[in-house]
Amino acid sequence: MAAEQALTVLVAEDGAADRLLLAQIVRRQGHQVFTAENGEQAVALFVEQRPQLVLLDALMPVMDGFEAARQIKALAGETLVPIIFLTSLNEEDALVRCLEAGGDDFMAKPYSAVILAAKIRAMGRLRRLQATVLAQRDEITRHHHHLLNEQRVAKAVFDKVAHAGCLAAPNIRYLQSPYALFNGDLLLAAFTPSGDMQVLLGDFTGHGLPAAVGAMPLAEVFYGMTAKGYGLAQTLREMNAKLKRILPVDMFCCAVMLNLSVQRGSVEVWNGGMPDGYRLSAGGEVLSTLASRHLPLGILAPERFDDSTQVLPLAAGERLLLLSDGVLDTADDLERLFGVERLQGVLAGNRDPAHLFDEVMQALERFGGQPRDDISLCDIRMFAADERVPAPMIYAERGRPSPLDWSLGFELRGESLKQSNPVPYLVQLLQEIHPLRSRTGSLHSVLSELFSNALEHGVLGLDSRLKRDVQGFADYYRERAQRLAALADGFVRIDLKVEPHAEGGRLMIEVRDSGAGFDVQRVLSQPPSEQGLSGRGLQLITRLGSNAQWCEGGRCARVEFVW
Amino acid sequence: MAVETDFSQEGKKLTIKVKGRFDFGKHQAFREAYERQPDRPDSVVVDLKETTYLDSSALGMLLLLRDHAGGDDSDVRVVHASSDVRKILAISNFEKLFDIS
Repeated sequence: MAAEQALTVLVAEDGAADRLLLAQIVRRQGHQVFTAENGEQAVALFVEQRPQLVLLDALMPVMDGFEAARQIKALAGETLVPIIFLTSLNEEDALVRCLEAGGDDFMAKPYSAVILAAKIRAMGRLRRLQATVLAQRDEITRHHHHLLNEQRVAKAVFDKVAHAGCLAAPNIRYLQSPYALFNGDLLLAAFTPSGDMQVLLGDFTGHGLPAAVGAMPLAEVFYGMTAKGYGLAQTLREMNAKLKRILPVDMFCCAVMLNLSVQRGSVEVWNGGMPDGYRLSAGGEVLSTLASRHLPLGILAPERFDDSTQVLPLAAGERLLLLSDGVLDTADDLERLFGVERLQGVLAGNRDPAHLFDEVMQALERFGGQPRDDISLCDIRMFAADERVPAPMIYAERGRPSPLDWSLGFELRGESLKQSNPVPYLVQLLQEIHPLRSRTGSLHSVLSELFSNALEHGVLGLDSRLKRDVQGFADYYRERAQRLAALADGFVRIDLKVEPHAEGGRLMIEVRDSGAGFDVQRVLSQPPSEQGLSGRGLQLITRLGSNAQWCEGGRCARVEFVW
Repeated sequence: MAVETDFSQEGKKLTIKVKGRFDFGKHQAFREAYERQPDRPDSVVVDLKETTYLDSSALGMLLLLRDHAGGDDSDVRVVHASSDVRKILAISNFEKLFDIS
């Protein structure tokens, strides 16, 4: 007999002759045998030797087989120790009692060696099956604990990265199920140096670790580029290229990304594969939907990626509602989905947008039998200029200040104008002037405004008065894209000059363009209200820098920063 | 069979029919449907006439098929999609990659 099929067997039988006979039969079959004369001895031997199978006489002195069976089964716990009752009882009742006491089988006296051997083999098989099931169960439990622990650690690391931004800002309210990350959901928010807020809600394909893996590099790109002042198009390009490079073909990330600019009173949107977001008035009406117009991130090669965005006006108090498909796919007991219509019903029924978030959650709760663990919902209120959270310091103090006597000329022409935004580079360079570091945000804002004025109004000749209403906004940005695509020549030149003074120093910024210029006197003399959405740039520049002036017929802007 | 294939020799056209839910459960069968073909087809048609549901892992499988069939040079058509299924394909703008009808 194969060693693994040899068992340790306890034989409990009060008749000495029967006991010897049985022990002999079982031993001959290759098993190891312990013998007991009554139930009490049998239980004691069981505790001592832990036999794998028990042959138990039903009727014995001191403690009968029924009681011994109960105690042995209790001691064995979840391990299967088969008990075969040996009995001369023939009444049905007695046989039933054997099984009810925990017996797995019974055998009538007188014993047949052949049948006994077969029964022991059958019970041995059962015992091994049970042992295998238990071992596998324990292994699964171990793996599961291991997995949960890994997820906990991964989530802790990820939370540090993901919450590096401004999700806690007072104008953002969001819900992400605790383990949404492992369902591939991702929510990020951060301020650019000039105080624009950028938000990304993403949803990777798949579940579990594979879905979470792409989140880390995506968050790194988002925070790194936002902090340096890159806009949506460049950040999205970089994210797409990175995901395309690292993800397998069948994995991608649906995402909606926003840039909220108080200065421009607008929101810029790119949506690739996420459900419609909503732009809501201060009174809660739906102004427009933020529909998906692009393929998700990580599918297209960099040269085919479409970074075109939509720009919509967004005034203080107006809101944006973003959601993941977990919201729409919440199912009720009958497996019906919550769906877009029910969501729109909640939006239509809303009277106070401050409560909208709760109303959506309540509607989901009322509708769905069980809450899903992959719901992401985010409500963003356009903030007013005075409640802006200060942008984080990007660059830590380090090293000695470099000499403050230099100048730099930088000219972008033709193709370069279509593709590059020089502002982040220049701001980074100006970090070398330590006394200006605390004014990084202002520097970024001023350079951004001067550059976009030079490009849009100068080189492209766009009239900012177009942007007076929603339709105008759309027209303006469509026209901008068309003219930029058709651009053959033209330039924007940026000159930076840094001079030391006795007590500090001065930075002079000049931005020139190849456009037709503008009537400086007329534009600057207009009250801000008449300048509307479009005139804010000049106001802002005048407020943030010193000695702002426009010369050469509006083709050249000069601003100074003095310390 | 939840995934059926038909290969027309003369046109070198491979047709893959997906029945019922098109989700991760069909991963193996869908992959085999195009990988097992001895000849590389000139064009592939994915017939979703009897597809009741499609999730994001199905979108991933379509991308794998497209990649296998030659990426940007591939000719993959998705036909007979129900309005619900088309909605899902439309949100992800898959009509930019596939000919969907």
